Amino acid sequence: MANPAGVRSEEPTKATEATGASDPAARRPPASRVPEASALVRPAVIVALLAFVLLALPSLLSLYYVDALTQAAIYSIVALGLGLLVGRVGMVSLGQAAVLAMGAWVAARILFATGLPYPIVLLAAGLITMVLGTLVGLPALRLSGLYLALITLMLAGAITVVLASINFPNGGHGFTGYNASTVHIPPIRRPSIATTDPAYFRYVVIVAALMFLLVLAHVSLRPGRAWAAIRQSESAALAAGINTTLYKLWAFALASFVTGVAGGLLAGGSRYLYSIDFQTQDSITLLAVVLMGGIYSIWGAIVAGLLLELLPALLNSWGVSADWLTILFGVGVLQVLTTAPAGLVDQVPKDLARLGRLVLGLFRRTAPATGSSSK
Amino acid sequence: MIEISDLTVRFGGVTPLDDMSVNFEPGTCGLIGPNGAGKTTFFNVLSGFVKPAAGTVRAFGEDLVRMVHFRRARWGVRRTFQTEQAIEQLSVFDNVAMIHEHSKLSGASRRREVLDAIAFVGLELDPNARVGTLGAGQRRMVEVARAVVGRPKLVLLDEPAAGLPDDETEHMGEVIRRIPEHSGALTILVDHDMSLVSACCGMTAMLDFGKVLASGPTAEVLRDERVIRAYLGTEEVA
Repeated sequence: MANPAGVRSEEPTKATEATGASDPAARRPPASRVPEASALVRPAVIVALLAFVLLALPSLLSLYYVDALTQAAIYSIVALGLGLLVGRVGMVSLGQAAVLAMGAWVAARILFATGLPYPIVLLAAGLITMVLGTLVGLPALRLSGLYLALITLMLAGAITVVLASINFPNGGHGFTGYNASTVHIPPIRRPSIATTDPAYFRYVVIVAALMFLLVLAHVSLRPGRAWAAIRQSESAALAAGINTTLYKLWAFALASFVTGVAGGLLAGGSRYLYSIDFQTQDSITLLAVVLMGGIYSIWGAIVAGLLLELLPALLNSWGVSADWLTILFGVGVLQVLTTAPAGLVDQVPKDLARLGRLVLGLFRRTAPATGSSSK
Repeated sequence: MIEISDLTVRFGGVTPLDDMSVNFEPGTCGLIGPNGAGKTTFFNVLSGFVKPAAGTVRAFGEDLVRMVHFRRARWGVRRTFQTEQAIEQLSVFDNVAMIHEHSKLSGASRRREVLDAIAFVGLELDPNARVGTLGAGQRRMVEVARAVVGRPKLVLLDEPAAGLPDDETEHMGEVIRRIPEHSGALTILVDHDMSLVSACCGMTAMLDFGKVLASGPTAEVLRDERVIRAYLGTEEVA
């Protein structure tokens, strides 16, 4: 092909007109700014889906499933943070459940102690967790792979032990805020505009959408490019002038921030928090579902949230023990690692398209009257 | 001009660079030597991945050894790696633009300079193409485009033509020859392909066991008896 720009340069785009097309370099399609039909379809589909989830879904489902989906939305934010670390930067953290617990703790404490508006509480929980979670990520500056995973798991274990031994705040006074009376434990408050379960579901989905936008903005801009470089080769990233220390900590900070916000949502969602809700091994299950959902696309996090929270709810309503999921997730991870490294979010559409072509092919073959010209 | 004096690197009992002293003049310079001679270690010193035990590196009046590694790219050191390291997940454009956005250059001219660098290496492909979908030769050229974008002062090419077929090696040679006039950078080429080295480099230095055995005009160095002996592996006559 003589034209370096390929076929697309034949269609004049807005950007090429703007540059005046005087030098041959400028006549090429502008990188990453080509207006394509698919670039508009995608956001439209996302907005339509979001509108359906916000407006129609809560009234179609029973409260049981609304609660399950609320949890799924919260955990999709956690999965988003972990997917960012593993998929974008290549740092495996097994401490995210502990980071989530810290976020929930901080939020619960602020909610009990103050009358601050909910968005400010979520922001504060996110920011404080960001600082604490970045500390959890400090070993990542020296370690990678299995050893980083091990160290973050140990840290998560330590945090879980601390939370269990000093009791989760349940409305009493002080920072631990433990109320020994088992009768009058006040519930954690919810935003005044979202006290009912369907309203809280909508609130959570909107916050989750904002977190996805935040992460999307990061991965598609300068930090995302720097993370891609670090993931491939740290020395090549350094040779490209990237401050790898800064960007690794940045990734941990961002992941911890969204996880902290998720913790704040979790506090209001369950209304009562116990340290037993945050088990060290949850981080491992979390990593499994994040891998299954797909770590290279941020939409994999939604799949991960649904796997982690909606699937157990479904199984429970069918009278099947959710413990079976451990086995299912194990098989799922095996499948992802061997045949579909980009996870369900990549594999399912491909498989569906293949199935569609197959069905279409069968249909054409069985209807020779209309398909006489096709062979 | 780059002045290397008494550069020594030790890894435990191994001394990959042993009192290396040589000057590289502006233009394209060759650095040759048998496997294990210390060529890549020398590049790693220049990029800041390896701290020398002794010696100095002065590049255009700047003490390079004291500079933090990731700042050297901003200052103007660029390099390619023996195993090609273009970033698979990103497009050709983003691969090159990333170098530019971590330099001190203004973002206003980024698009033009990035497309310019891609045009310079003669990539006959869409800047929007993902590097993961490209062949080995094209990826090597993306790496060279990354090395020349912006205003580099020093371009280090570590076996850029390794594994490429003859026609692509020839194209690579033409591009390497044009780097100094295009970007003004002093270019150091490490390669085992002597025809590529003699086609590209005005001067060449020969390393063996971490010492500079010979340096000067390429043709003379390649004719040097000690150089031939080191390459053929004959014993040094004491």
